Amino acid sequence: MENIDRTPPALEIEDLFVEFRGRNSTVYAVNGLNLKIEKGQTLGLVGETGAGKTTTGLAVLGLIASPPGVVTQGNIRLGGRDILKSLEGEERERLGTLWGKKKYRHVYGSRFCVSEGELQKMRGEKVSMIFQDPMTSLNPVITVEKQIAEVIEKHSKISHADAIGKARDMLETVGIPRNRGSEYPHQFSGGMKQRVVIAIALACSPDLLIADEPTTALDVTIQAQVLDMMKKLKEKNHTSMLMITHDLGIVAEICDCVSVIYAGRIVEHGTLEDVFDHTLHPYTKGLFDSLPDLENRDTRLKPIRGLMPDPSIRYEGCPFADRCDYASDICRKEPPREVHRTDEHVVACHLYNEDNIAEGGAL
Amino acid sequence: MARYIIKRILYLIPVLIGVTLLVFFIMHLAPGNAAQIILGENATPDQIAALEKEMGLDQPVIVQYLRYLGGLLHGNLGNSYATGTSVTTEIMARFPYTVRLTFVAAVFSIILALPLGIIAAVRQNTWVDSASMVFSLIGVSMPIFWLALMLILVFSLKLGWFPVYGADSWKSIILPAVSLGFMNMASIARTTRSSMVETIRQDYIRTAYSKGLNEREVIMKHAFPNGMLPTITVIGLEIGQMLGGSVLTETVFAWPGVGRLLIQSINGRDTPTVMGCIILMTISFALVNLIVDLLYGVFDPRVRTMYR
Repeated sequence: MENIDRTPPALEIEDLFVEFRGRNSTVYAVNGLNLKIEKGQTLGLVGETGAGKTTTGLAVLGLIASPPGVVTQGNIRLGGRDILKSLEGEERERLGTLWGKKKYRHVYGSRFCVSEGELQKMRGEKVSMIFQDPMTSLNPVITVEKQIAEVIEKHSKISHADAIGKARDMLETVGIPRNRGSEYPHQFSGGMKQRVVIAIALACSPDLLIADEPTTALDVTIQAQVLDMMKKLKEKNHTSMLMITHDLGIVAEICDCVSVIYAGRIVEHGTLEDVFDHTLHPYTKGLFDSLPDLENRDTRLKPIRGLMPDPSIRYEGCPFADRCDYASDICRKEPPREVHRTDEHVVACHLYNEDNIAEGGAL
Repeated sequence: MARYIIKRILYLIPVLIGVTLLVFFIMHLAPGNAAQIILGENATPDQIAALEKEMGLDQPVIVQYLRYLGGLLHGNLGNSYATGTSVTTEIMARFPYTVRLTFVAAVFSIILALPLGIIAAVRQNTWVDSASMVFSLIGVSMPIFWLALMLILVFSLKLGWFPVYGADSWKSIILPAVSLGFMNMASIARTTRSSMVETIRQDYIRTAYSKGLNEREVIMKHAFPNGMLPTITVIGLEIGQMLGGSVLTETVFAWPGVGRLLIQSINGRDTPTVMGCIILMTISFALVNLIVDLLYGVFDPRVRTMYR
């Protein structure tokens, strides 16, 4: 415990709210999300499409497109340093209305504690992100090695030639022959492009790596290779990682902890063992039931019925209530509060209270 | 690459045959008679018939055309009906003026249009965007001869900064180039804006920001080279058009370019000169387009592999 107290977590997000304000409707993408990644650990952020996973990742980098995106509330700390802070009381009323003015461009109700310049210095060096689609994430008119060298040049004072050399080293690290660096992205296959994207993200050995579905666009054989490579690089550089995915298999393979996200908030969080073996939330259970069982292939898959709730409506109760087999009246009226099973394992569901949580047998 | 260029130049041959055929027959169908115009209103029918025979105008039109084509193959564009001098000499005396005007107008419009379009795209939906787009909308919709007259009125007659017409000094090119370039500026700026708006929404722009680059670096290094392609196309089309002679501008400013020569020779039913101007237009348009296509390859490595 003492050890954890001394080193601050790599990433802490508290009570984050992000919405996208369109002309006719507002989409509430993230609604009071909390998460924490200890130094050197990998946290899996698991959820369906549209649950707010990518938005959370972009919020950490301060890259939510604005307009239409606005952070209405929330604190973000990177390695113990405040990046984004909620405005309180009088300040909130005064500055909260400044949305649209350049200084507070991304935020409304929260503001960056660091300047735009410091944010730029952070991006790529302290935090970097692997984007979901390798096909579109690379600039088609710039050679691959230049795209990697760019981030190195930006964050360290070395000559262009040295940066290109380092970029080629990076290419080799991710398993691409160094002489192919002078080629353009269209000359690469999908898996190789994803490796390049990973090389860019890791080029400056960031403290925190946000991997947004890094293998979704790849076929299964390449998936395993890429995951394996990421794991090795992460261990080598002692990088903490936020692994955004909808694939529980990837979580089992690479993550230390799991947060399950639904409709923009965390419904269950715990270590791998907690979540896989002591599943508490009906939604998490639904996710596991949607996976095929290799040992008993005759059983039918049990997909979660229904769809994600409309993100442009704010819910009073639990957003999962309409799809939940265990829902009762209270689920539709009151938002569930968090109940701890252990220090780490926590669930937000009306099925549980401090008395019955230890049994964990509600499902 | 060389093969590609040769191929493109060979494609020009059928185009030229088509264009000359079309123009030749249209000139033939148009009312009015070259011999009549040369001899003046008082000429007798006998005189006109004699001159027509001498010029070969009494032959069937298809024979006239084939004769013309035969001359063309020897590089002979014929002699002007109006002046009797060779069409090649006539055009070559005018073409440098048109090239000069085109160059200055193009430089003027590009220097103005690119920053305007880029800023409008980057500051999309702000007053900067609206202002620059209204400015270029004015450019697109304003009749060029009206703008030219207004420029003359203000800068030549009232202020006396520039000559009213002619091509005597470097000063005299300013007003024609501005009025010609202003219209082109407008369409180049609008194209640049829309393609840049498209480009800055791409995923790789987000990647560039995530590397820690600032806005200027992202726009200039990542967005601009990608957003350039449609702009190059429009610039190419405008330059191609201007090289063929800008009829209105050249007429208003009495600029001795190809556009004015063309209008004069159409009025005089001077078929050889008209044909010469049209051929020049076609070739310069095609060549500029070829250059544009080659520039595509410079900017976009994906296109480069296609030039085989």
